[in-house]
Amino acid sequence: MRRLRVFKKLVLDSFDILTKGAQKYHLWMAFLTATMLTGMYCYSIQLEQGLSVTGMTDRVSWGLYISNFTFLVGVAAAAVMLILPTYVLKDLDFKQPVLIGEGLAVAALLMCLAFVIADMGGPSVLWHMIPGVGVFNFPSSLLTWDVLVLNGYLFLNVSIPFYILFRHYQGKEALSKVYVPGVLLSVFWAIGIHLVTAFLYQGLQARPFWNNALLGPRFLASAFAAGPALIILILAVIRSQTSFKIADKTLHKIALLVAVAAQINLIMLASELFKEFYAPTHHSESATYLFFGLHGKNALLPWIWTAIPLNVLATLVLTFHKLRIKLPILYGACFVLFVAIWIEKGFGLIVPGFIPGPYGKIAEYLPTGIEVGVTLGIWAMGAFVFTMLARTAIAIETGEISYKR
Amino acid sequence: MDSENKKWFSIPLSKIKEQVKASCNCGKTSGGCSSHQEAEKDKRKDGFEQIFNASMDRRNAFKQLSTSLLLGVGALSSSCSLTADNETKEKAQLNWEEQFKGNYKLMTPAEKKETVERLVRLHQLETASNVQLSSEDAQADVLFGYAFNISKCQGYMDCVNACVKENNQDRNSQMQYIRIHEMKEGAGFNFNESDDNYYHEVPAEGHFYMGTQCFHCENPPCVDVCPVQATWKEPDGIVVIDYDWCVGCRYCMAACPYDGRRFNWSTPKVSASEVNKKQHYLGNRMRKKGVMEKCTFCIQRSRKGMNPACVEACPTGARIFGNLLDPNSALRWVLEHKKVFRLKEDLGTAPKFWYFMD
Repeated sequence: MRRLRVFKKLVLDSFDILTKGAQKYHLWMAFLTATMLTGMYCYSIQLEQGLSVTGMTDRVSWGLYISNFTFLVGVAAAAVMLILPTYVLKDLDFKQPVLIGEGLAVAALLMCLAFVIADMGGPSVLWHMIPGVGVFNFPSSLLTWDVLVLNGYLFLNVSIPFYILFRHYQGKEALSKVYVPGVLLSVFWAIGIHLVTAFLYQGLQARPFWNNALLGPRFLASAFAAGPALIILILAVIRSQTSFKIADKTLHKIALLVAVAAQINLIMLASELFKEFYAPTHHSESATYLFFGLHGKNALLPWIWTAIPLNVLATLVLTFHKLRIKLPILYGACFVLFVAIWIEKGFGLIVPGFIPGPYGKIAEYLPTGIEVGVTLGIWAMGAFVFTMLARTAIAIETGEISYKR
Repeated sequence: MDSENKKWFSIPLSKIKEQVKASCNCGKTSGGCSSHQEAEKDKRKDGFEQIFNASMDRRNAFKQLSTSLLLGVGALSSSCSLTADNETKEKAQLNWEEQFKGNYKLMTPAEKKETVERLVRLHQLETASNVQLSSEDAQADVLFGYAFNISKCQGYMDCVNACVKENNQDRNSQMQYIRIHEMKEGAGFNFNESDDNYYHEVPAEGHFYMGTQCFHCENPPCVDVCPVQATWKEPDGIVVIDYDWCVGCRYCMAACPYDGRRFNWSTPKVSASEVNKKQHYLGNRMRKKGVMEKCTFCIQRSRKGMNPACVEACPTGARIFGNLLDPNSALRWVLEHKKVFRLKEDLGTAPKFWYFMD
């Protein structure tokens, strides 16, 4: 009963915090709301007319939605990069960023689920996928694995920060014996969600571009570069806009993680390129299409040739200690790296899987305005959720709100 | 397949013998054969109807009670409204029951009959015309297969047109299950340089033709990946889709190495006069938007002992359809006397679709 009372007070307090703020904050939330509404309008058109309003066809049957889904699973998984040193290695200056990281994971997972639902032809019969109620093709279908691991990860990332914040809200210490087992579990779970998502593609013998053993490890490396890079950028904003204290040392440590992951990612990229182009086979055609175009069709060239140089540049900058410790340069490099991996892991991974088709047909894909609208709407939803979670967490951690009798 | 441990896939041409064996003396793993069957039955409960007939333990009781409560409220509101007339009410009721029915694969014969009746009635209410909707099951000792004579095909595309008409495919998007690839002579089977979308007189000088469609693999990758078992291989070897159970994720499309699957990107349109009214639940009945569909070897025809529409329409006799388990079928003759091959055999999918030349 007492807990319920505290919870009610917490909800009221956080609502209070969320509806008050500087003008900048209100503008930000208004902008996100407008984008979300536009996205919902676009989605309503898609619901009405079907997926024919997207750029997808029978030849390229997954597009922008699934690309973003894949990328965001990586962002969600990257929370683990911060969890490990904080809880397990008892590196205390990470404790606060971890709350931010887990909030980011929650937002990213919600976006993932939204992207999958946006991609579904029949969202009204989605209950067919609920285990026990519908027919759950487990363990045969990797998509059912993904449903399980993503929702499990969502549960972990909601419950752990909630427990910690709920204790802090009441002015109590969070008991490590309660949450550390959960944290350890979520460390393995994070690797699991990304590997399972990679296996979703990797297991298809029909698509040689994906059917390659490096796909899973490469997913992990790029995720552990892009995710923490985003966290650095978010911490930079939080540092400048709120009273939340984040030490420079923390940023430098995360930056080191990003640098290592980005380097490993580049090594794997080199290995992939070598395999595809040293002795090109019939199976290298998708890669040829992606990097050089095939039979005059080259819609992805501008994308991939933006991504690769940006990726190399950012990794180089992050590699040099002298550059990495200068915060403005670090922020710039993180932003560039994030964009590069978004292109490479999204568009650059999903679309070439379908091109050329099973019989060599090259049909190109470009997203339509409606697709872009829905995508932006979902990103805005993620940002909206994250802002709410982060503001509440910061308010509790800084003691701005707390439970008093 | 005779052994569970087999690492490769082959067409079970000796299936007849096995079926006799499977009827009782099961010296396999757990339990006697009667309990064996029961376990299988239990596994087959799902969906709305099936959940309500299921034996219930305490853990499931709450879950199912809450579901039924929700359903009841909805049904009440749709069927007890005072303003709607009888037909609208009936339609709402039928649509409601259709929305929450189970997976066809797991339905009992009675449930199959009910959904067929609902669908026929709904079609009647919506278009004021009657359809014959069949839910005929596979016959025993039948395994369908197909052979394609590359020497004979001239690329007339009569098969494609007959297929579209027979199977009520969306006319707006010009959906076609069959693709005819026009290939240059002397270049071998070079799909990369072939054209599957030609609009000129055929046969074109110096070209040969080759048709592809769903190959009804014995080891279909599309079936494994479906998250809701909305697609499966029937006992007679036809890979089918329950259009009402499909959630439209298109994972099967990504998994198919043969471009055999099609998606309804918008609501399929067939003008009322062109609708083929002889339909099968798993075959050519009207689809809706957002679901997969594909070649079913014209299940509505083949299960009645007829040839698929493409075979019947082919003017050159390039297409041969038949029962692989019947040693006297033309198909078996082809397999035994011609040098046959299948596409992408290295993928281990074991298509039941062979090519050969004279």
